[in-house]
Amino acid sequence: MSAIGRPDAQRRPGGIGQPDGIGQPAPAGRPGGRHRRGGLPLTVFMALVFGAAGILCLVPFWAVFVGTFQDGNMLIRNGLNLKIDFSQANFDNYVMLFTDSGNYFRWFANSLFITLAQTAGTLLVSAFVAYGFAMYEFRFKTALFICVLVIMTIPFEMLMLPLYIQINNMSLSDSYLAIILPFLASATTIFFFRQYLRGIPRDILEAGRIDGVSEYGIFFRLVLPLMKPAIAAMAILNAMASWNNFLWPLLALRSPDKYTLPIGLNTLLTPYGNNYELLIVGSFFSLIPILVVFLAFQKFFIEGMTAGAVKG
Amino acid sequence: MKKLLYSPKAAPYLFIGPFILTFAVFWLWPVGQSFLMSFQKIIPGEASFIGGKNYARLWNDRLFWLALANSFRYMICTLLLLIPVPLLLAVLVNSKVGGSRLKAVFKSAMFVPALTSVVVAGIVFRLIFSESGFALMNSVVEVFGYGPVKWLKNDLTGLGALLTVALWRWTGVNMMYFLAGLQAIPEEYYEAAVIDGANAWQRFWYVTVPNIKPTVVYVVVISVYGGLAMFMESFMLWGGNNSPMNIGLTIVGYLYRQGIEKNDLGYASAVGVVLLVVVLAINLTQLTASGMFKKEDK
Repeated sequence: MSAIGRPDAQRRPGGIGQPDGIGQPAPAGRPGGRHRRGGLPLTVFMALVFGAAGILCLVPFWAVFVGTFQDGNMLIRNGLNLKIDFSQANFDNYVMLFTDSGNYFRWFANSLFITLAQTAGTLLVSAFVAYGFAMYEFRFKTALFICVLVIMTIPFEMLMLPLYIQINNMSLSDSYLAIILPFLASATTIFFFRQYLRGIPRDILEAGRIDGVSEYGIFFRLVLPLMKPAIAAMAILNAMASWNNFLWPLLALRSPDKYTLPIGLNTLLTPYGNNYELLIVGSFFSLIPILVVFLAFQKFFIEGMTAGAVKG
Repeated sequence: MKKLLYSPKAAPYLFIGPFILTFAVFWLWPVGQSFLMSFQKIIPGEASFIGGKNYARLWNDRLFWLALANSFRYMICTLLLLIPVPLLLAVLVNSKVGGSRLKAVFKSAMFVPALTSVVVAGIVFRLIFSESGFALMNSVVEVFGYGPVKWLKNDLTGLGALLTVALWRWTGVNMMYFLAGLQAIPEEYYEAAVIDGANAWQRFWYVTVPNIKPTVVYVVVISVYGGLAMFMESFMLWGGNNSPMNIGLTIVGYLYRQGIEKNDLGYASAVGVVLLVVVLAINLTQLTASGMFKKEDK
């Protein structure tokens, strides 16, 4: 079983609650199955729709793959296409990527480090906060939780300027702390964990207290292990957001040796096109880790990415 | 001290402490500062109070209105595309027709674009929409007998390129939302409808549509936010914040230009405050409508 969140929470997307169903409950004893109508023509139609939509989704990946075998001058002049011209194709871009003295693998390592640090930190801090919201009654609880909801729904872009000024005032700019610190108590993650924790009976606290475990001991030793499925979904969501994060690191970082992969790739996109070899093969390589993780943990990806809709 | 930390009375505040701290230091205080700054003229090292002049300037700024119009136009177009298309696909995936393995592969394929960063997506689509006759989009229009199009130099084709990126990246995610909503509809509703003699279309209209409505509302809300906040797609497609005739300038791009590029913090803060008020208004409407303020049953 792979239930992320309580089963009932999972079955209620939209956050607006279940609308009243129409129709009466069916008589018992009709074994499942919606109705096999339509038959062959409909199946063919669906195969065509799925095939076309699926291929359209994958075309840009093919285009970038083909691009990695092309000369940079060709790329800027001709753009990307789907055909491989074998007379022109070569592995020069790959050779360049691995032998170039440029910063590519430095950026790659920076991104990897930030992704790991940010994900681990965010999960721990957010789980801690979510536990507070889920298990205790205290003053201003509702008001504070509304703050969580409000932050969750304000696009970051609308707050970037005040935050940028604040980071500069705190002398945090051009540091990884600036990237990680403001988002440790992540509203989305807190919200998701809190929904999950509401499915865990509070009796567990009482039992722990009677056994003389401290409030924090209860969290770390009793509750955290129960949160594993929720943590898995949020780990993927946060790691992906962190690996792909662009706008905030673009504002916060200044030194090229601290750049993350997306910022670094962006600096290669110059109008002169003198770096297009690295740009294209670097873009292609930046996709690989995330694709590998996706293929391994597909289910968690989909649960994590669509978690926003789950408001039980 | 230790005793206080470990008392059950103090514990809840310690648990939510990190949130209170983050909220105060990184959201509330900066936003308050920004609000004050929106009434000031700020040159490095010196700020003077100028009342509502920044707001008056905003009102008369043609570029601000252009950016606002661009953002709203993009947002409305994404709603028109990214609700019906994914909904239709989700209904097809959810139907009993067709092999389950085909559907599993299809779902994965649809989801993969959402994994890419906006940077890589932007780089790839910038090259696909290149002016050259050899680039992918121009090879496609050539099949229909049209000459090479300067996609990123005209208003409507530029919008088309932005919408292509949005459609490519988000169709799969929205489809997953709708699929989750569809799968939550109890089988019995359909069986009852059949007993009442409903045909396929009636089942869709009277069972599926009303039950999927909350999911649709949710996707509309996040699409409104996403559409109004769009900036990076345009930034990547045009290789920076400048596009010909500002065809790719969005409202966040305008904020970025004034605040970061021109460092006109007072005026940029006024832009930011106006945007925040718009978003908060949408926010409160949505939260009230969905009953979030009602006491939650435990």
